[in-house]
Amino acid sequence: MKAAAQWSVTPALAARFAPGDRVRVRRADPPGHLRTPWYIRGHAGTVERLCGTFPNPEEIAYFRSGLPAQPLYRVRFAQKALWPDYAGADGDTIDIEIYQHWLEPA
Amino acid sequence: MSRGPGEEELSTHDHAHDHRHGHDHAHPTLPDAAERLGYYQRMEIAVRELLIAKGIVTADAIRRSIEAMDARTPAQGARIVARAWTDAAYKQRLLDNGTAACQELGIEMGPTRLVVVENTPSVHNLIVCTLCSCYPRPVLGLPPDWYKSRAYRSRAVREPRAVLAEFGTVIPADIAVRVHDSTADMRYLVLPERPSGTAGMSEAELAALVTRDSMIGVATARQPTGG
Repeated sequence: MKAAAQWSVTPALAARFAPGDRVRVRRADPPGHLRTPWYIRGHAGTVERLCGTFPNPEEIAYFRSGLPAQPLYRVRFAQKALWPDYAGADGDTIDIEIYQHWLEPA
Repeated sequence: MSRGPGEEELSTHDHAHDHRHGHDHAHPTLPDAAERLGYYQRMEIAVRELLIAKGIVTADAIRRSIEAMDARTPAQGARIVARAWTDAAYKQRLLDNGTAACQELGIEMGPTRLVVVENTPSVHNLIVCTLCSCYPRPVLGLPPDWYKSRAYRSRAVREPRAVLAEFGTVIPADIAVRVHDSTADMRYLVLPERPSGTAGMSEAELAALVTRDSMIGVATARQPTGG
């Protein structure tokens, strides 16, 4: 992916997932600066793209390098799977950027 | 009677008097300055003054930075959209790599990694940052206050169609609403659909139809008038 290559920070961890893969967001609540929204933890979605590799914000927040960089994905979730009473169409989705260490195969 | 300042202002003229009176009572106004500075305001002033005192930055350099930030407006984004509407190859480059395509038009992107998402007859895109207020500033300038509000940030992911309807944008059920939560390193810009009846329009005329809200996704582009 052109954009991903241009935007990658190195050294970086190898990407575990590819577009189309089903992944689940870890249901975890560690202390610190987190960029994984609470509402998406524990939910399963599909990798839309690999954005590139970026220093881990949870480390940067405490003045560490955040390296090796984490692969960052855009993951697509079905709205009706997130909110049981969702008022909208079946095809409605939400895309969220999630770092690899928050994802596991689903 | 005890009233808050807002109430006082609203009800200033509900008492009986001649409006050409000599103003012998006080009309409340907003205070000239906040009564006390907050922690971060004091910290910002202290750090700024130290940096200037130590010769690391100058007051003029700070002023120029603020001026440059304030000069960024949605007109930049509108120019990008109008170009994409009139040049299919440019549109493809914009969707492939938003940052590079903006730089192509001379827009200073800094570290911003821009992802452009396209509205189509079957998909309507909406941008939000639930964690804070991440916003594509190089192409849209400063975000509107509502974009940073807790209500927008929580409701845009939970009930996007209701939020869109409150902005006057009703999306039919056969069009998917795709919300983008900018939680990390990307920033997002919506490429709205080109309005009908704009076939002969120039790029500058088209850009005038592209509003800030249409590039956040809470609205569609303006319809041309007189058409």
